[in-house]
Amino acid sequence: MSSTAEHGHSHGGGDAHAHGHDDHGHHEQGWFLKYFWSTDHKIIGMQYLFTGMFMALIGGFAVYVFRMQLAFPGMPVPGWGRVTASDYNSLVTTHGSVMIFWVAMPVLIAALGNYLIPLMVGCDDMVFPRINRLSYQIFLISVIVLIVSFLVQGGAFGGAWTAYPPLSAKSAYNLTPLGSTLWVAAVALEFVAFLLGGINFVTTLMNSRAPGMKMFDVPMVVWMIIIASVLFMASVGPLVAGAVMLMFDQQIGTGFFDPAKGGDPILWQHLFWFFGHPEVYVVLLPAMGITAEVITVHGRKKLFAYKTVLYTAIATGIISFFVWAHHQFVAGIDPRMANIFTVTTLIISIPVAEMVFVYIATLYGASIRLTTPMLWALSFIGEFLMGGVTGIFLGASGADIYFHDTYFVLAHFHYTFFPIAFIGTFAALTHWFPKMYGRMMNEAWGKVHFWFTIVGFNFIFIPLFLLGARGDHRRIYDPTHFPELMRAGMQDMRVIATISLLVLLAAQVVFLVNFFYSIFWGPKASKNPWEANTLEWVAPSPPPHGNFPEGLPNVYRGPYEYAHPDRKEDYWPQNVPPPEGAAS
Amino acid sequence: MSADTHAAHAGHAHPSYVKIWGILLVLLVVSVAGPFLGIRVVTLITAFGIAIVKAYIVARYFMHINIEKKYVAYLVGAMVILMVLMVGAAAPDIMHHEGANWHNQAAADTVKKGMAAGEAGAGHHEASEHGGTEHGGAAPAGEHH
Amino acid sequence: MSATRPIATTREATGMPTGRLAIWWVIASEIVIFGGILGSYIMHRLGHPEWQYQSEHTNTWIGAFNTFVLLTSSLCAVLAHEQAAKKNGPGAARYLMFTTLGGLVFLVVKSFEWTNEIKHGFTITSNTFWSFYYTAAGLHALHIIAGMIIMLIVAADARKNRELQRVENIGIYWHFVDLVWIFLFPLLYIAK
Repeated sequence: MSSTAEHGHSHGGGDAHAHGHDDHGHHEQGWFLKYFWSTDHKIIGMQYLFTGMFMALIGGFAVYVFRMQLAFPGMPVPGWGRVTASDYNSLVTTHGSVMIFWVAMPVLIAALGNYLIPLMVGCDDMVFPRINRLSYQIFLISVIVLIVSFLVQGGAFGGAWTAYPPLSAKSAYNLTPLGSTLWVAAVALEFVAFLLGGINFVTTLMNSRAPGMKMFDVPMVVWMIIIASVLFMASVGPLVAGAVMLMFDQQIGTGFFDPAKGGDPILWQHLFWFFGHPEVYVVLLPAMGITAEVITVHGRKKLFAYKTVLYTAIATGIISFFVWAHHQFVAGIDPRMANIFTVTTLIISIPVAEMVFVYIATLYGASIRLTTPMLWALSFIGEFLMGGVTGIFLGASGADIYFHDTYFVLAHFHYTFFPIAFIGTFAALTHWFPKMYGRMMNEAWGKVHFWFTIVGFNFIFIPLFLLGARGDHRRIYDPTHFPELMRAGMQDMRVIATISLLVLLAAQVVFLVNFFYSIFWGPKASKNPWEANTLEWVAPSPPPHGNFPEGLPNVYRGPYEYAHPDRKEDYWPQNVPPPEGAAS
Repeated sequence: MSADTHAAHAGHAHPSYVKIWGILLVLLVVSVAGPFLGIRVVTLITAFGIAIVKAYIVARYFMHINIEKKYVAYLVGAMVILMVLMVGAAAPDIMHHEGANWHNQAAADTVKKGMAAGEAGAGHHEASEHGGTEHGGAAPAGEHH
Repeated sequence: MSATRPIATTREATGMPTGRLAIWWVIASEIVIFGGILGSYIMHRLGHPEWQYQSEHTNTWIGAFNTFVLLTSSLCAVLAHEQAAKKNGPGAARYLMFTTLGGLVFLVVKSFEWTNEIKHGFTITSNTFWSFYYTAAGLHALHIIAGMIIMLIVAADARKNRELQRVENIGIYWHFVDLVWIFLFPLLYIAK
């Protein structure tokens, strides 16, 4: 750990500009060392955040191009040109894999986990700062490998983010001999990065909590990120092995997934979804945790049932390992297994619904401040509910035979993933922005962004639900080739979805401008602008290297003591010692 | 964070490590000797039963999992159980070549061909030839219906 | 250790050193990686009776010898830990070197074995049994190589009586790699 010496200041020394973005040039380390070779958890979190944002632009561009193709088949798309069938496959694959592996994962888990966990548990860094840096570097390599895969001969991999063999395994079928292998390699590298990061998160929470912070004093978002990391660690292993096997199939000519050589393509589906389904909860739980923080802070009310949320989160995590085969109901899996997986799939909605009920109960009677983060958190609950409820149709193996691979499925999982990856992230970014950069974002523009995003989002996917119910298949690049997909009104719905997408994408420009403008020129934020209880608000905004210049805090109570009847202020920070003689 | 936390750790009364190693070697000999009896059940027990015993001995006496905090054993145990469940749920699809409304013709053909070649005793010559002929072989996508 | 080492790295709220705690989490995530490939192999093996004609060509004696080598190197690793607990850094380093040597012997034997098999036409593409054989054992060998490299670094520190707690941590990892082989050995060499 001697390399941490590059941060030549001692613990708690008030280095006022440890990480603001407006002051590079005036400090002891070079710019490169400070922002690219840092072991500070906040900077690593920012690296993940900005890399994730950059990747979101790629994923967003991909969806723009292929939605334009679907709405206006065969017309040249501005900024891309005419979309060929293989372009379409590559774009869909890129959109899916980028948004999940390179946007949702790095932003929700890695960026927020890195930034928040040490601050919220009251310590000065992760327990393995250098492994943390290594984790980001491996992640960055995976990004580079992925981008290289767009440029090699044959183009980007087009076998969908699920990469089912034999399409993904044989270049004779996917026509991207290099792109497919680079894609698998990038995904595998990314897994290694998050394994390292996850171990770091878990050990940090377990070993480096502030003195006095007991199990039920840990803020919910930290718990959720930890549970998510554990889920990730426990589920990704088989797919790491599967990725190696798939790469060998692609490049060496082995037959792990080729029945003619004694392999089995269904094996990949099992390995993939054994990871792929817990993955949904890996990203869901942090978003749930963010919502818990935001609704309590901006609702000025204690979380209705802390332990229930925690236990249901753990239950969700455990059950999430036993639902994966509901993705394979039409793949020819054993029908007895299909029955079991139908039941487990329906069961998993119970703990998740319970969490949502707790949030609604928290909101009941709360003195809600309708700030931008609060709007995002409220909409998260509503929109995610839509996603959850439509999942019931797909979880039932009978109904799924009809709905499988239609736009209904697509709309369903976007109603879960969009609230998770974007609404959750926006709630988090607008909520913690003052802490991250020491400035406030513009509320009015924040609300403009909110409304355009939410309305745009719903108008994309409600038509897609309807299309899916009418049998529109999701892997078709030009619907005009199929008369039954061009029945009255179907193309209109595609156009509505695409135009709403353009509105949604345009709204993100508002966010980006607001975000980057506020980093430099927003009004200065105080230490605790939202009057929150958790420990990160004890640190200065932005926190210097070492986080707590006045000494690491002790913890005396749980994180959600709002509107306590014995206190004049309606909040009671975790680190404030109880009054003399009072039984707290 | 230093070695003294394990002074207590290693100070625990444990049998001599060399003795444990001796037991492991005896078990190894048994597991190698098992197949010579030629009884399938015995081979399975000496191979996999003994592997589990060996694993237990290594985990307990070398990795000291028994004097570690309880949750370590739970964690490791949970991962093993998880893998058993995964295999259990996937095996009905992977280990069979047919089921309700589907059959995996290519895989069944491979088994038949492999068995025939094996029984003909052509050993490894056949094996290397296999790879060659099946490269362009039967329609690879035609598996599950 | 520099003076600016974060306080976070020195806390021990669970009563367990962070390094050892992390090693157990590493092992937990490795269990599922190896579980994935071994599980896939087992499922295939059960569906492919013809693989018996392939697996009869693996050399049980070499596999057994390698098991012996790994068990012995595990013994050295645990003896190194015993020395480290007694604060005898150089002693621990010496045992770690023996462990590393065990890993080296393992790899050398393995490379001769593989060379021989490849010469006889049993390559990674000749049959899916052999694909599993090389992939699973290769993944394991990668862990051996990684363990050896880390062990040399730990040994170099231990010789100067520094970071002695790492001796136990790398030992636990090494025992795990040994454990994987304990299962690979019957799966690939004994089940004929």
